[in-house]
Amino acid sequence: MDETRHRIRERAEQALKLLLSLTVTFMGLLAVTFFIGRVVPIDPVLAAVGDRASAESYAQARRELGLDRPLYQQFLIYASKALRGDFGKSVLTSNAVIDDIKRVFPATFELATLAALLGVLVGVPAGVAAAAKKGSWVDHGIRFVGLLGYSVPIFWLGLMGLLVFYAKLGIVAGPGRSDVLFEGLVPTVTGALLLDSALAGQWEAFRDAFAHIILPASILGVFSMAYISRMTRSFMLEQLQAEYVNTARIKGLSERTVVWRHALGNAWVPLVTVIALSYGNLLEGSILTEVVFAWPGLGSYITNSLMSADMNAVLGGTVMVGIVFIALNFITDILYKRLDPRAR
Amino acid sequence: MARAKLKGSSFKRLATIIVAGLLLIGGAELWAAGASKKDMVVMAWQIDELITFDPAEVYELAGMEMMANIYDRLVYLPSDKIDAPQPGLAESWKVSADGQTFTFAIRKGAKFHSGNPVTAEDVAWSVQRAIKLNKGPAFILGELGLTPENVDQLAKATDPYTFTLTITKKLAQSFVINCLGSGVGSVVDKKEVEPKAAGGDFGNAYLKKADAGSGPFKLTTWKPNELVLLDAFPGYWRGAPSIKRVALKHVPESATQRLMLEKGDADVARNLGPEDIAALSANKDVKIRNVAQGAIYYLGLNQKNPNLAKPEVREALKWLVDYKGIEQSVLKGTRVVHQSFLPAGVLGAIDSNPYSLDVAKAKALLAKAGLPKGFKVTMDVTNSFPTNVIAQAIQADLAKAGIELEIIPGDNKQTLTKYRARNHDIYIGRWSPDYADPHSNTQGFAWNPDNSDSSTSKLLAWRNSWDIPEMTKKAEAALVEGDTAKRAKMYKDMQLEHQKTSPFVIMYQDIWVIAERGGVTGFEVGPSSDYVYYRNISIK
Repeated sequence: MDETRHRIRERAEQALKLLLSLTVTFMGLLAVTFFIGRVVPIDPVLAAVGDRASAESYAQARRELGLDRPLYQQFLIYASKALRGDFGKSVLTSNAVIDDIKRVFPATFELATLAALLGVLVGVPAGVAAAAKKGSWVDHGIRFVGLLGYSVPIFWLGLMGLLVFYAKLGIVAGPGRSDVLFEGLVPTVTGALLLDSALAGQWEAFRDAFAHIILPASILGVFSMAYISRMTRSFMLEQLQAEYVNTARIKGLSERTVVWRHALGNAWVPLVTVIALSYGNLLEGSILTEVVFAWPGLGSYITNSLMSADMNAVLGGTVMVGIVFIALNFITDILYKRLDPRAR
Repeated sequence: MARAKLKGSSFKRLATIIVAGLLLIGGAELWAAGASKKDMVVMAWQIDELITFDPAEVYELAGMEMMANIYDRLVYLPSDKIDAPQPGLAESWKVSADGQTFTFAIRKGAKFHSGNPVTAEDVAWSVQRAIKLNKGPAFILGELGLTPENVDQLAKATDPYTFTLTITKKLAQSFVINCLGSGVGSVVDKKEVEPKAAGGDFGNAYLKKADAGSGPFKLTTWKPNELVLLDAFPGYWRGAPSIKRVALKHVPESATQRLMLEKGDADVARNLGPEDIAALSANKDVKIRNVAQGAIYYLGLNQKNPNLAKPEVREALKWLVDYKGIEQSVLKGTRVVHQSFLPAGVLGAIDSNPYSLDVAKAKALLAKAGLPKGFKVTMDVTNSFPTNVIAQAIQADLAKAGIELEIIPGDNKQTLTKYRARNHDIYIGRWSPDYADPHSNTQGFAWNPDNSDSSTSKLLAWRNSWDIPEMTKKAEAALVEGDTAKRAKMYKDMQLEHQKTSPFVIMYQDIWVIAERGGVTGFEVGPSSDYVYYRNISIK
């Protein structure tokens, strides 16, 4: 009885802490974006009505944007609306910001998830192999590829990828998310084209979407792979030097079991954080990849909004990224507890 | 420190995983090139500026082009001759003896995409709606003296096929027709849109994303920042378009557009940079066309700056730009030298480019102004092509006469904010006419009725504090001149005077470079987005 009560109390405390930290983060985010929006030397009314609006429509827009009120009032109105999920209208697209994000985020989500998957599926085994064969040509080869992936500009790599795989070899589809011929065939459910076409059983459209996404996802995947393989290698090296590895070897376990089960099993704990961070970065959207591949994602949405002083959209996008990181942290914490018995 | 060893079998497994990954990356031979592409033309185009499809609101270049193909106007301005209006939805029109009342006979048999017939009631409602909504382009109809209060009286249907428009001030007939021939003059299907009005918005929220036109194409799909699909309207009164579908794909990067064009995935590329144009000019499958556009590039010299206010300095600066050199070395066929405020193609445009780089002359003028050693000055520059590269070239040119130019780069909205507050020294800008009438640019460059800080019309002459009561009168006189030939002459004279005295160093006119696959014909591109037509496009 006492035990249950204690546990409930502990849970409630944790939830409260989480809520508190969320609120503080969120308010901080709001304040920073709001005040940056006021500090930039750009007239927000001009951004809303354009260069040639009449004096009346200029004044009207100023009132509508609430810019005639004192600054603290503007912030309070702004914050209370944002807390209700209302980030206002985007000046650039004239849609509600939340609707815009619902449109652009699935495109980024799809791309980032595939890229992260490639990064993990290739990066982790490569990192393990490099660590296990430290100093050998395998290690050098993998490190070289990783370094390359890390240092080559993504914009260039994207263009080269298009030039080779699309223009010359013709084995992947061109820029954009799908071919025009498939337009309107797939009903939007999640907004992620691969999922939607699979759900609808439209396998032709699925193949088309896959042919479009595979190149940008691979390009982004190379970067995430480079990072993940380097980190895997260093975590593995640390583990392979540990006493328990020697003990396992002396016990006569096969090298495979030692490396892949014992050492990697322990390396997973810090690795999960690395993977989550790299996935989070991918989910922010990559403006350069999106521009090269004409991919309508979150990265170009936020960047375009920034360029146009569209502060509502910038705030909405920033909060979205914030939520992504908070969610990923949450998931990482759960995984931690599963992987590390001490944290249970 | 035993070195870990991988056993053969795990290495094999690892290799399998890596190979599988690589196959996934490279070997996805899934993609079959498009099926029936002859029925469809695909344009690769940067269209993220599209925010609305409501003709009373559209003010973006891409949007104006959409309007020209989804909607019809009373008059039709052919892309190759926009100064010769032809009948559109109005079969004919008459002007009363006092020049104040225009009577349009509406074409019978024209239908909207909904199937409703086009009537004078739709025309009147469209004009009333544009004025009352008072969005970006409303001022173009406002030039005719229409206000939310008087528009119901002045623009009305007198019978189902007669629309009359009364103007409150004397205006040149050609000016009235040109205003009605611009995008904001698009005729909207009243029966379709009016029931969807909410909160006095005249259906604006609905029409932002929908189509209620009678033009050759229907809007089928719009995915912002991604795609627009237009489908042919078989019941179009001029006859169904040759092509069944026009797909406009948002492709921001010039190099990507080029790859799609080379590959045949795009039939037309709309935003190629100089390097990609040069590379494509050797490609036999691709045709490249240059179409002069209305936009003018200029330097605005703020007259609040005491140095720039001296007439000799203004003239000296006009002799200190290497117009031809910049055109050839950095603009490479995307802009052409043009030194007067009306773009070629518009009524009254002149072909006079008297200035060239002449450092000696400029130095003499500076000496006369009491500044033989030059001076220091700043220039606000929008940090994108081509203003950034033009600015750098000008910086080098000015240095030859001892003028030390500091470039202040910024985002477009940022430089514009400063410009509109008249806090700049020199501003390098781009200005494009709002409608195909000389008054549009004249009003911008040569009209300033009130130079005070509280002025309500803050156009270019005002922004540079150029107080010109005389020239303002001339601009207003030209606006009401009924004789078109005489009107053209008035604009010509104004431009010659402006060229000599103004604080504007007018340098270039835009060129639109259109790259098309060899089989594409009939894509009509006029001197402004209002006059770009898809109706006759076909693909062989």
